[in-house]
Amino acid sequence: MTAPQVVGVTEPPQAPPSPTGRRAPWWLWAAGVAVVLPLLLPLLSLFARVLGSTGAAVDILFDLRTVELAIRSTALTVLVTGTAMVIGVAAAWLTTSAALPGRRAWAVIVPLPLVIPSYVLALAFLAASGPRGTLASITGWDVPVLDGLPGAWLALTLSTFPFVYLMVAAALLRLDPALEDAARGLGASRWRVFWTVTIPQLRPAIGAGALLVALYTLSDFGAVSLMRFPAFTSVIYAQYAGRLDRTPAAVLSVLLVVIALVIIWAEGRTRGRAAYHSHRPPRARTPEPLSTGETAGGLVFLGTLVTLGVLVPVLVLVTWAWRGASVGESVTIHWGAVGGSLLGSSLAAVVAMAAAIPVVVLIVRYRGRASTWLERTVFVAFSLPHIAVALAVVFFAVRFLGPLYQSLALLVVVYASIFLAQATGSSKASLLQVDPSVEEASRSLGKGPLQTLRLITVPLIRPGLLAGGALVFLTTMKELPATLLLRPTEFDTLAVRIWSAADELFYARAAASALVLLALSAVPLYYLVLRTNPAKGAT
Amino acid sequence: MINRTPRQPAIECRGLFQTFGESVALDDFDLVVEGGSIVSLLGPSGCGKTTALRAIAGFEPPDAGTVSIGGRSVFGDGVDVPPEKRRVGMVFQEYALFPHMTVSNNVGYGVTEEDRDARVAEVLEMAGLTGMGDRLPSELSGGEQQRVALARALAPRPDVVLLDEPFSNLDAPQRERMRRDVRRILRDAGATAVFVTHDQAEALAISDEVAVMRTGHVVQVGSPLDVYQRPADPWVAAFLGESLTLEGIARDGSVKTDLGSFPAAGVSDGPAQVVIRPEWIVPTPAPEGEATVVDREYYGHDQMLLIELADGRRVQARVGPRPVLDPGDLVDLTFEDAVVFPER
Repeated sequence: MTAPQVVGVTEPPQAPPSPTGRRAPWWLWAAGVAVVLPLLLPLLSLFARVLGSTGAAVDILFDLRTVELAIRSTALTVLVTGTAMVIGVAAAWLTTSAALPGRRAWAVIVPLPLVIPSYVLALAFLAASGPRGTLASITGWDVPVLDGLPGAWLALTLSTFPFVYLMVAAALLRLDPALEDAARGLGASRWRVFWTVTIPQLRPAIGAGALLVALYTLSDFGAVSLMRFPAFTSVIYAQYAGRLDRTPAAVLSVLLVVIALVIIWAEGRTRGRAAYHSHRPPRARTPEPLSTGETAGGLVFLGTLVTLGVLVPVLVLVTWAWRGASVGESVTIHWGAVGGSLLGSSLAAVVAMAAAIPVVVLIVRYRGRASTWLERTVFVAFSLPHIAVALAVVFFAVRFLGPLYQSLALLVVVYASIFLAQATGSSKASLLQVDPSVEEASRSLGKGPLQTLRLITVPLIRPGLLAGGALVFLTTMKELPATLLLRPTEFDTLAVRIWSAADELFYARAAASALVLLALSAVPLYYLVLRTNPAKGAT
Repeated sequence: MINRTPRQPAIECRGLFQTFGESVALDDFDLVVEGGSIVSLLGPSGCGKTTALRAIAGFEPPDAGTVSIGGRSVFGDGVDVPPEKRRVGMVFQEYALFPHMTVSNNVGYGVTEEDRDARVAEVLEMAGLTGMGDRLPSELSGGEQQRVALARALAPRPDVVLLDEPFSNLDAPQRERMRRDVRRILRDAGATAVFVTHDQAEALAISDEVAVMRTGHVVQVGSPLDVYQRPADPWVAAFLGESLTLEGIARDGSVKTDLGSFPAAGVSDGPAQVVIRPEWIVPTPAPEGEATVVDREYYGHDQMLLIELADGRRVQARVGPRPVLDPGDLVDLTFEDAVVFPER
């Protein structure tokens, strides 16, 4: 498994377009373009708005506070990326290449923090630390609050290191062990082999994973806002929520989008090179024997990761919810928010699955310049910071869409557009496995393109579509910034409940909602894991 | 099948051109197929035969040229009829059965609602698939899948059936049986069929007419007998079967070579090539013979002898089960037939 597979998205191919027979029917293109417009138009209009107000934009850009903001965001991104790289590479080496007890189990457990939203991790660390925190109440010590830069650093590192871990572990498994054996045979020590032979070969995978971490850190809103760390995303939200003049929020969003685009571009280039080495190795790796001390160290390291990334957060949430309930604080489950989460996520999943069909058919069956651009656009929409995308939609809706602003319909369309890449990712894999002559057979038996799509193509890619839908459901349920900005006034979700309760320091209430969110996420997650498990034989 | 005025060809392709980037797939491709006949399109791989088939079916519109099916123009002069309106049945190399549908639903897919059940039963019986209607394609053997694919293509009563290397996924003994079955089914249906194949023996065995293709162009059309025994040029001769080529000089209606003279009526005087098939070479045991049997491949019903001539050249002769000649035996050679081509 690689990180892109976990998020359900793979980078569009850079291969040259292949010639195919007929051109796609016009309505397929109309549908394919229509599904990217809901995000493309607002983003273009946001850029136009900022470029149109040059004076104000330049003032804001060169304001000292903007420079400070850029420095703080960069510092956090560098810290998180660096730590995640070290942890990810070390964990990947331990689970793939070392003779560690329970290697296979660790390989499954280590990436688990990926399923916990960053703001839930942040909530857990906030609730664990400080004078009121779990740690203080157990030990009686004077525990300082873990917030600001250290808090954001810890929460984001734990929720992003799995990206590096998964990419590097996959690369290690693809590596030909003969090279390392040859170096050992020449008398190099294990340490020297690791630095001079293994690491250079892993560089593309590490690079791609690191850029993914950087992009995620830069885009994260929930953790930095709860940790009261003024990064781009949290400042944009504060500017938007707290001021009448929304130009600063718009300018900062454009700046954030531009930085994200640069990272996406760089990541695409690195990934392209990483894929170059993706052939199967001639033989499997023999795990490196470890001394007792090394084994103990490795186990402590992985154990700490899992404890901090999964066990501690869940236990802290449970104790807070329990404690809150026992002192009579209202921690009752908010059924409105549960319903809102389920409704919004299911609608988003259904819309994304429907929208994925024309996109996937275009990019697989009608490969060419235009469909490659379509695929890239879908991918970029997925990768951009949600706060900036949502803000663009707000501006656009207020100006052009009138009654649609703050409607459930618009929110669902935005969800589906952001996460469309997850639905297309797995459906694309499904369609690639369908022999195009099956569709041609349907055509020559008298069925037109639309009927062929309905009777043959869609039924055959249904497993991929459903998996994509499950993934969209899962990520929509955790979505925070777009929901905050675009939700109808009476509409509530668990993510919003958790964040706003935590933001107002009602940790018990937030913890209860967070536990419900994790429990609800487990269902689609279980389906997805079951599906990707080759032992079950499912496609 | 469809009533057609006589003499109206079932398929008529004129001057088809098709390029994919740099490579030319069809280069002035012409083909006329008479109604009710089975024609094979034979050529080495990469000669454009599948492209031609896809142009007829409408999957890949060519860059230029015209195609008409059953007297109706389907491509060219601004016309481009989509595949679903061409009334063409297609049998794909990998069969392309709909994996999510039963055999009956596959076969009935192209048939209108009213007569679906009756037609499906009829076609299944014709294809020897009675009783298999409820199975899924994944539960069938290769040969059965092949028959379902053919039945599905025939069910809507198409004007023509196109088959793209239909036997290439079957093993040798199955292939021969299917070849016979398919020919019978097509005959029973009275269908017009075009086969694409790179297998000479298959083309000769199954078709009424063979169209030999090279580099996007049909170089010879004729009965299997014609193309084998009277190939249009040395390339066709060599492509259709093993042969021995001799250089010689033609004069007054005969060609003189170092292995004797051959009649060459109508060949202009000058250098010429003589092509001789292995079965046209007749070795006779002769104690004073000029040639020696070097090796023998014995097949039971016939045998292939490798014979060394006095000058050290080696030729292959295909003979019946007799005479029994062993390596080392001396023989005389006579030639029953030969094809003569003037030198270019």
